[in-house]
Amino acid sequence: MMEQTEEIRGEKSETRDWEVVSREDRRTVGIPFVDNPRMTCRNIDVYYGDEQAIQDVSVDIGNNEVLSMIGPSGCGKSTFLRCLNRMNDTIDICRITGEICLDGMDIYGGEIDVVPLRAQIGMVFQKPNPFPKSIYDNVAYGPKIHGLAANKTDLDEIVETSLKKAGLWKEIKDRMDQPGTGLSGGQQQRLCIARAIAVSPEVILMDEPCSALDPIATAHVEDLISELRKQYSIVIVTHSMQQAARVSQRTAYFHLGDLIEVGETERVFTNPRHQLTEDYITGRFG
Amino acid sequence: MNNKTPDSSRQLIQKKLARRYRTEKWFRRLGAMAVLISIAFLGILLVTIVGKGSSAFQQTFVKLDIHFDAEVLDVKNLSRANYPGLVKSNLRSLFPEVKGRRDKKKLYNLVSNGAAFQLQDMVMGDTSIIGRTKSVWVPASDDVDLFFKGKISRDVVESNRRIKDIQLKWIDRLQTENRIEKRLNTTFFTAGDSRDPELAGIRGALSGTILTLIVTLALSFPIGVATAVYLEEFAPKNKWTDIIEVNINNLAAVPSIVFGLLGLAVYINFFGLPRSVPLVGGLVLTLMTLPTIIISGRAALKAVPPSIREAALGIGASRMQMVMHHVLPLAMPGMLTGTIIGMAQALGETAPLLTIGMVAFIVDIPGSFIDPATVMPVQIYLWADSPERAFVEKTSAAIMILLLFLISMNAVAVFLRKKFEKSW
Repeated sequence: MMEQTEEIRGEKSETRDWEVVSREDRRTVGIPFVDNPRMTCRNIDVYYGDEQAIQDVSVDIGNNEVLSMIGPSGCGKSTFLRCLNRMNDTIDICRITGEICLDGMDIYGGEIDVVPLRAQIGMVFQKPNPFPKSIYDNVAYGPKIHGLAANKTDLDEIVETSLKKAGLWKEIKDRMDQPGTGLSGGQQQRLCIARAIAVSPEVILMDEPCSALDPIATAHVEDLISELRKQYSIVIVTHSMQQAARVSQRTAYFHLGDLIEVGETERVFTNPRHQLTEDYITGRFG
Repeated sequence: MNNKTPDSSRQLIQKKLARRYRTEKWFRRLGAMAVLISIAFLGILLVTIVGKGSSAFQQTFVKLDIHFDAEVLDVKNLSRANYPGLVKSNLRSLFPEVKGRRDKKKLYNLVSNGAAFQLQDMVMGDTSIIGRTKSVWVPASDDVDLFFKGKISRDVVESNRRIKDIQLKWIDRLQTENRIEKRLNTTFFTAGDSRDPELAGIRGALSGTILTLIVTLALSFPIGVATAVYLEEFAPKNKWTDIIEVNINNLAAVPSIVFGLLGLAVYINFFGLPRSVPLVGGLVLTLMTLPTIIISGRAALKAVPPSIREAALGIGASRMQMVMHHVLPLAMPGMLTGTIIGMAQALGETAPLLTIGMVAFIVDIPGSFIDPATVMPVQIYLWADSPERAFVEKTSAAIMILLLFLISMNAVAVFLRKKFEKSW
């Protein structure tokens, strides 16, 4: 899936035969780019008013991969994630420069309508946020507003497959008309995932999807993410390095608005090539 | 910096603890006292109003055995016939000993002017009773009514009494003959205003109030909700929207008489709408109610959690769909609360309606939005201002009806709120 470039010298070597990049150097190290990417981000700067939240981030999101983004609080990973489906549009003072492409199309281009875009790039939020409606209506809402279902049977089928994909079907198939807000936290989050995949997106963005869940619910969602990878590209922001290690193929480390290091998850966690990454994953700060 | 040992800290805490509890106890006592005082005043208000007004729901009637004389009642000209004469001759036959103009006038005054109208209605409704004799209960005059309800005392010197000694004798005789009694006052609920207290009813003002409030609700609710939604969800945040917001907040505090004058200038003088009609009253009250609805509506919209908005936007709902499908339903209970507060204000409003002529004396019950009408608070004001003593109880009774109306309106609102809230 990913071609190794000359940048990752000595990947297979046991001993370190490369220099660890010093803390002062904020250029991205590792392999930010992949062949045949689903999304490409180039030179992204994000400003909140006069304050710059993200500096010059370039990274690709591959097909059928899980890219996890880690880093200390306030490092800009959530901000970056929200740029990917233009959720930051709703914040008046937020300004974005650079180029983000989905399948080669600039999503910030003038001709792009943000409404269908968000159907293509779904999002799951930190706090489970089902609509205060029935379970069925929660999942059916997206297909309904986008006109994806020709009739009721069609819609029923979409709802069922989405809930099955989200691993929720068995638990709730007998109480579809009950409020989605009455489910447990983990179930709610999987309901939100079902809602996101009901509109058949290409990419799913997840903003700390397990931070409000207990370990068992977290395990459910993590299994689900691994399952969903077969069909979708997934970008996940997480505070848990173990989670990043468990679910993702590539990991990106953000630090104060800079993308410090991107690489295969295993390599980033075992052989970080930037001093800041090493500091973070060894628990020296953050 | 902190050189206290755990022991000394604990002592300091203990020392302050008593004071902390004392303050709390005082605060709770003051709160309870405030509640008690308000309850006491509310109780006083209710007791006085009910005490004064409940007698208005009964009315004194006198039984007359009317002979519908075919000579007096010309079938071809029924509307011009001498109905007062029928009443008077009957009274004379009841008390044949009464002689002299003055005494006769006093005798006629036992019975309300409405008696003649009642007979006319009976004859016009059914001409077959002409030539027969029928016993009819007709309303007594307001003074007899007051006396019979015990509000005029026999012990007062005659010159200071509205009921003279000779009339007392007649009333006593009527009573021994079972010709006078208190009955349910249906007139109060079916009639419009009248100069005669015993013929006056609240129905006209009630209809006027309902019509006016329908106009107010139909205009102010949709406009207010739409404005709140636009300002909160769609309008750009800049200098102009700030100015608009400040102005709306200021409008909520403008004295209502100013809205009345505005309505007079704009609706009546400029647009040429008729005076004294519920349509214009409703328009004026809409102006007054709008700020309340807009402000509470915006607060309700602001209270909708942002996570719901993000959820809707996140799966590709447009702004409009987000608002209509998710935000507005969640904000609806709050908006309804604001609306009901605004409507309750409108219900009790008098001043702005005076300037547009809804203070006129109107006997007919309004049937449409462009019939001359008055509203309940204005009716209360008019009655409270009337010299006849019998209007005192009518005023209190009208206040009771107004309060009942208010309570039922609020009950509907609470019911609607619960219904909206039930859908999670």
